[in-house]
Amino acid sequence: MLRTTAAVIAGKAARAASRVRGGGGSAFPGLVAERVDPRFLEHALADVREGVVVVTGTNGKTTTTRMLVALLRAHGKRVLTNPTGSNFTRGVISSMLKDLPLSGRARADIAVLELDEAHALKFAEVVAPSHALLLNVARDQLDRFAEIDHTARLLERLAGQATEGVVLNIDDPYVARSREVIPEGVTVRYFGLDASIAHRLPEILETDVRFAEEYAPPESGDGAGFLRPRDEREFDIVVPGGEDIGPVALQQRGLAAMINATAATTTARMVLGDAFSPGTAARALAQVRPPFGRGEVVDVDGQPLELVLVKNPAGFTVALSTYGSEPVATMIAINDDYADGRDVSWLYDVSFESLRGRGVAMTSGIRAYDMALRLQYDDVPVDAIEPALVPALDRFISAHRDEPKRLFCTYTAMMSLRRTLAARYDLPEFGEEAADA
Amino acid sequence: MPEIPQSESKGTIRVVHLYPREMSIYGDLGNTRCLEKRIQRHGYTAEVVGHNPGEPFPEDGHLFVGGGGQDSGQVRVEDDLERNADIIRSLASDGTPMLMICGMYQLFGNAFITVEGNRLPGLGILDVTTQGNAKRMIGPVVLETVVGKVVGYENHSGSTTLGHGQEPFGTVLHGFGNNGTDRTEGARTGNVFGSYLHGPILPANPGLADLLIGLAATRATGRPFEPEPLTDGVADEARGRQVRRLLGIAS
Repeated sequence: MLRTTAAVIAGKAARAASRVRGGGGSAFPGLVAERVDPRFLEHALADVREGVVVVTGTNGKTTTTRMLVALLRAHGKRVLTNPTGSNFTRGVISSMLKDLPLSGRARADIAVLELDEAHALKFAEVVAPSHALLLNVARDQLDRFAEIDHTARLLERLAGQATEGVVLNIDDPYVARSREVIPEGVTVRYFGLDASIAHRLPEILETDVRFAEEYAPPESGDGAGFLRPRDEREFDIVVPGGEDIGPVALQQRGLAAMINATAATTTARMVLGDAFSPGTAARALAQVRPPFGRGEVVDVDGQPLELVLVKNPAGFTVALSTYGSEPVATMIAINDDYADGRDVSWLYDVSFESLRGRGVAMTSGIRAYDMALRLQYDDVPVDAIEPALVPALDRFISAHRDEPKRLFCTYTAMMSLRRTLAARYDLPEFGEEAADA
Repeated sequence: MPEIPQSESKGTIRVVHLYPREMSIYGDLGNTRCLEKRIQRHGYTAEVVGHNPGEPFPEDGHLFVGGGGQDSGQVRVEDDLERNADIIRSLASDGTPMLMICGMYQLFGNAFITVEGNRLPGLGILDVTTQGNAKRMIGPVVLETVVGKVVGYENHSGSTTLGHGQEPFGTVLHGFGNNGTDRTEGARTGNVFGSYLHGPILPANPGLADLLIGLAATRATGRPFEPEPLTDGVADEARGRQVRRLLGIAS
């Protein structure tokens, strides 16, 4: 145990040092702790008795994790989580360090961890998750995972590791087909779209061409949850054979957020069992603030500036359909660093036609010209192109000072632009959001 | 943004996208979108047809494009390609322009030899042979080609070797290319082009798009290509920036 204590101290020191340098949310303190004690995570989670829930999939991990944590806390649970969006194992450790006692054992009932598909498996090798929530498989950072089929196999292997229960997206064939590997005795539950909005599935799903026969969804069975929207923000979760949940009104708009809420609620119901209360759930979801960069709104000189993270075709398409009904001044910033996905080909799998009427005020980022070129091919007018992010932001804001604005950006562009906005407009520092959750 | 000319169409060019469902995972759909728009901007009518496995083969196409897929997608299209092999070979030898990217480039070669050593025969239109590898070749690419510098992004595990006398599509200035050793990229026989480049390749390299469209226009109308002067400033800047960045040339 001494080794773990040393690791906690070293990790906390690294965290303090990196905060002095202004680097919130970094994985560095976790790296330090892991160096000192390679079994750090295992020790840290040893006293977490009621479950270790892993949330993974291509899109919606951060939002869903946040919602699941809120649901469990509303039911009186002490929840340990990694809400900074740094979802590699070192990031998980880094985000735990602040509240960890020197024993290195977290004082919590349940851990809810957001993990990237590859790292979820690495994590499972160290700590067997009790529950896994598998959201979806979409083309994302193919330069890292190479193929969607490969990502699907990673998730399938993770599904097979959960010791108590697995929650699967019934509409996503890549996810739902993994039920075949789940061992007997492990409960399987499903979430998905109600038949009333099934027509919107094609905009969010990949086609699974691995099999000749068409995908046929399985029987949903007990404890399933199906999303039935009332409008862009309000919805019910239909529970076949049980009590429906709703109406629920989210702070975050759009189909993606509502699907995430449905997934989180189905998982919370599974983890909590009889203690789950539909009324408590609806109230908890209504309080969840959009996470960093997922529809976060910054007040810029009295006008809202919406920050929207985009990282793959499904995510960008859903974001455009969510926000497209209210066109505002728009800037798009595309970088191609590792965390963004180095291949920008995916921009051609997104349709930008909904921006045609209003046009795009500015494209920016390392691939600003590629983005502008993409928009040209959808006949979307572009007012200006400025690869340098901060000058582009300044020009964008000053040209549209007295109106609402929206900024779509890839991960590293978001990090950089948000840092600038945070310095000017007093936003919570990235990585400090855990405190208010 | 150049307007689409309103005058009478110079003719109809039929573009066939081979296996859009199975073989366009890396944004290769963008090549088809690009061709359609540029055909219109050059004053022709564009007719885009998707060919799916099992459907009658659209022999009357003037320009054929195919993209990259996953291994599972490739398996789904192999039977259909074999069934239509004679038609596709005769279209190719007759001078029909074709652009085959990544997985479809491999299938247009002589064979793909899997990691396990199984030999899967291809169409043999391009004299290339691909060996499956454990290691993937991934990253941005710059080539020197007949249409000047070409930029794109490669992501393939197959290592491709050109047969004796087979012309490559380009010479690698940055990236891996066919195999990471001989600095060749892709292959060209007559009007059939094979390449590993995604990006997608055509929007940022409009010279290649217009080369293909010109060949297709001639086939479609029986007259030489009558292009409109298009403004490609944004494409040229996007490409130029990648070239300078990857070749380390100060801008």
